[in-house]
Amino acid sequence: MEIVIAESLVKEYDSFKAVDGIDFNINRAECFGFLGPNGAGKTTIMKMIHCFMPPTRGLLKVFDLDVRVYPSEIKARIGVMPQENNLDPDLSVMENLIVYSRYFGIKKKEAIKRAEELLDFVGLYDRLNTNVEELSGGMKRRLVLARALLNEPELLILDEPTTGLDPLSRRQVWEMIRTEQAKGRTLILTTHYMEEAQLLCSRVAIMDSGRIVVTGSPEELMEKYGGSLEDVYLRLTGKRLVEATGEALRQQ
Amino acid sequence: MINLKRAISVWLRNFTVYKRLYKSSMVLNFVEPALYLVAFGIGLSAYLKEINGMPYIKFIAPGIVASSSAFAATYECTYGTYVRMHYQKTFDAILATPVSLNDLIAGEILWGATKSLIYGTIIISVISIAGLVDSWSILLSIPFVFISGILFSEISVITAATVPGIDSFNYFYTLFMTPLFLFSGIFFPLDGLPEIVKDLAFFNPLYHMVEIMRAFSSGKIALSLSHILWLMVACLFIIRLPFNLMRRRIIR
Repeated sequence: MEIVIAESLVKEYDSFKAVDGIDFNINRAECFGFLGPNGAGKTTIMKMIHCFMPPTRGLLKVFDLDVRVYPSEIKARIGVMPQENNLDPDLSVMENLIVYSRYFGIKKKEAIKRAEELLDFVGLYDRLNTNVEELSGGMKRRLVLARALLNEPELLILDEPTTGLDPLSRRQVWEMIRTEQAKGRTLILTTHYMEEAQLLCSRVAIMDSGRIVVTGSPEELMEKYGGSLEDVYLRLTGKRLVEATGEALRQQ
Repeated sequence: MINLKRAISVWLRNFTVYKRLYKSSMVLNFVEPALYLVAFGIGLSAYLKEINGMPYIKFIAPGIVASSSAFAATYECTYGTYVRMHYQKTFDAILATPVSLNDLIAGEILWGATKSLIYGTIIISVISIAGLVDSWSILLSIPFVFISGILFSEISVITAATVPGIDSFNYFYTLFMTPLFLFSGIFFPLDGLPEIVKDLAFFNPLYHMVEIMRAFSSGKIALSLSHILWLMVACLFIIRLPFNLMRRRIIR
């Protein structure tokens, strides 16, 4: 069954087309990755899926519900790990989770229980009363992941989950994501790390300038075009991912 | 289209932060009204025995309740709201949950009005204990402190939604709030001023609030009715603006 359906999806900012007429389906319990440099339109797609902003044109359904019509219903069933850590800097680790669970209407007793379990899961149980500002980058990232799981989401959106992390923290986050995957949650991931995509994703869409160039499993793509995913990207877009990222940044 | 439960969850977020920080901010907020009372009330009374048959300090005391509670809401929904929206990305985090933008802005406005209520109530207690109030009916003014708080929160959220950056609030305070404050009738009756100033005072929300506080403080409640009506109409008249302007700012 399809969790997300997009047809001829377009998002325009003024005259700039951030997403330029794309189609994709994401199936239940798969991990679907959007690969591409900064500015390729990945985050814009994520923001449309979790109903932060409406599409300019085209169809976008999540859980078979139109994102324009049922944002609150959809968001109740989604967990979001945004690119930027937007934790509450004035609150402690535990307070961050309790406050956040209220937005979902989770009762206090249940919220405390879930928060404790999740902090245990992400290895922050002994930091319960620590101020968020005192956490390291990796710890903040894990707390954001715990927060995204509070509402026991069917769909988990991971927007560059490990960007800026050291290799050890990155591996810790990967492990946690794989645990959630094993529980049968559907995952959508954006990344510009090929290693991350290869490790976690069952299917990927390679993006360039707001368009999907190709979709398939990492193995399929590597077999069809030869070499690593990095090579596939180079062959399809004529750019190296690292260079393309620099170019996109210059354009912004 | 506001879900009250979700708006309250946003209110509770701000309340949770306030509970953590109030000890440091509370005192500072009372220094200003106390300074006005001491400087003008005691300093000026040496030269100015009575205004409208009232000792000068008694004349200004109810006005200080009006201005301090209005400024409490204003600071909260200009600087406070802007920091949550722009720097802390708290709004982005909240909007990834079932809370809608309308719920979020309603929560912010309710919280701003609550700040008015907190400061208004405490200053009312202080001036009552100090013997500057003639009638118990001042207690009945508390709901109107809240309504004035709603109006000033609305104005402030409109400002926060339209300023290009946080420094621009200087213009709001210098060119808007300060004139409102000086020509609200707190320190001198507006009767002696040129017609044009009196006409303009009709559009000054703080003038109406000062009149309301004075009426309740002296026990002449009937004098407040037209001003209460003005406040309520003003609240409803601009109610859509903070929501629409914030939508335009946040969701592109």
